[in-house]
Amino acid sequence: MQSVLKVDNVSIRYKFGDFRDIGLKEWTMRKLTHTYRVENFMAVKNVSFELFEGDLLGIIGSNGAGKSTLLKAVTGVMVPTSGSIKTDGRISALLELASGFDGDLTVKENAYLRGAMLGYTRKFMNEAYDQIIEFAELKDFEDRPFKQLSSGMQSRLAFSIASLVQPEILILDEVLSVGDGAFQEKSSKKMMEIIKSGAVTILVSHSVKQIEALCNKVLWLNHGEAVAFGETQGICELYTAFLAGDGNALKEASERYSAPGVNPDTEAAV
Amino acid sequence: MLEKIKRYQFLFSELVKRDFTKKYKRTMLGMAWSILSPLMTLLIMWIVFSNFFGGNMKHYVVYLFAGQLVFGYFTDSTNLSMNALVNNAGIFTKVNVPKYLFLLSQNVSSLINFGLTLLLFFGFAALDGVTFTWKFLCLLYPIACLVTFNIGMGMILSALYVFFRDMQYLWGVITQLLMWMSAIFYTIEGFSYKVQMMFLANPIYLYIRYFRKIVLDGVIPSPGFHLLAAAYALAALAIGTFVYRKYNHEFLYYV
Repeated sequence: MQSVLKVDNVSIRYKFGDFRDIGLKEWTMRKLTHTYRVENFMAVKNVSFELFEGDLLGIIGSNGAGKSTLLKAVTGVMVPTSGSIKTDGRISALLELASGFDGDLTVKENAYLRGAMLGYTRKFMNEAYDQIIEFAELKDFEDRPFKQLSSGMQSRLAFSIASLVQPEILILDEVLSVGDGAFQEKSSKKMMEIIKSGAVTILVSHSVKQIEALCNKVLWLNHGEAVAFGETQGICELYTAFLAGDGNALKEASERYSAPGVNPDTEAAV
Repeated sequence: MLEKIKRYQFLFSELVKRDFTKKYKRTMLGMAWSILSPLMTLLIMWIVFSNFFGGNMKHYVVYLFAGQLVFGYFTDSTNLSMNALVNNAGIFTKVNVPKYLFLLSQNVSSLINFGLTLLLFFGFAALDGVTFTWKFLCLLYPIACLVTFNIGMGMILSALYVFFRDMQYLWGVITQLLMWMSAIFYTIEGFSYKVQMMFLANPIYLYIRYFRKIVLDGVIPSPGFHLLAAAYALAALAIGTFVYRKYNHEFLYYV
């Protein structure tokens, strides 16, 4: 069977250090006095997995485990330092919904700009625009500057535009639902529809319950390394135990559900 | 390439629209201001310098305007371009789109500005009694070079600005220096031959000179002059492209 997404032994280096927001003068001074420091660390280390049509992968792990970095590499915003990522089909990533909007533009202008960013065509946007505004419940606000909207309204708009994607590979970073009570229900229902229509979905969530309910595969990342990959139920149980402070859970998970990078069976298949 | 253009056409036009709206803040005066401001600079320069330098020169206003036209476009374009990456960090750290789109969209508005100022320039030239000849068509050449040069410089500057946030001030100083070295309001005939040649090391001066040769002298510059003009433009573009390629995936660490 042809895999839709294949992540093969991927490592991603991340840079941090003094360099942000320092000027040329400061940079020259620090270079001269040898106090300029840039640290590299591996945000993702030798991660491999393969997804096939119909798969719904949940990625779990504590903050800084490399989840978002890995997703950024899948979408092509970042490149792996080593290893390779092969994708077959159109990728749509719904990451951090509210960023990338422009406060000075109107709601309508922002909707078009966002649509363009997501790869929609103008024709598609013209047809879908009314539907978007209606779904976001922002009909009365469409000519207002975006900065006048409340943050809840902003994410409602973002969600409504994003929810029209029809990708082969869908990536969701903590965006299953937005807004207040009624809208939350509406949006999560919509999201389920999208997940069902997509070939492959990757979902990052801090809610283990959500992942257990939705996903058929789970990848557990810890400090950039793939601890476990495979069956949802078992891994989620061990992860919950790990979160509760069970020191052996991590070890047990890596032994029982060794990630494909170190799994001899999968290596043979590669 | 063609497929890419088609794919990002919608995004590009939306970016252009956004940059326009933001630049002019939806005001009529905003539009007019961008034309008025070079005219006011021109007026001041003319009042101040016409006695010193223009006394014995025919068409001093046109001479001055040619300098202001080219230099104004250069500063407008590079200053806008410099922000292209930093201002759009929210987009390119989330979605994988070619980063030069941001830069090109910024350049559309400065190019339109330049076009309008160019029309004014021709108006001034006509009023001042300059004879229009077919040779004016040659102006397309330095314009093409200038556009390319500005885009290349914009790429270099926008990348530098990501890494060094004090570039803006530094660039302000450099453009100031360039302004004095571009013989906008004075002539270089008084200098020795050697010094006159050194002026040609300044691309902006070179492009200004091309304009003046055609409009004021009615002479098409030498082939060597053409080569130099293209060389500057292509060098800037090549360096810019190199920087963008090399740091394409590095920018996001710095924003």
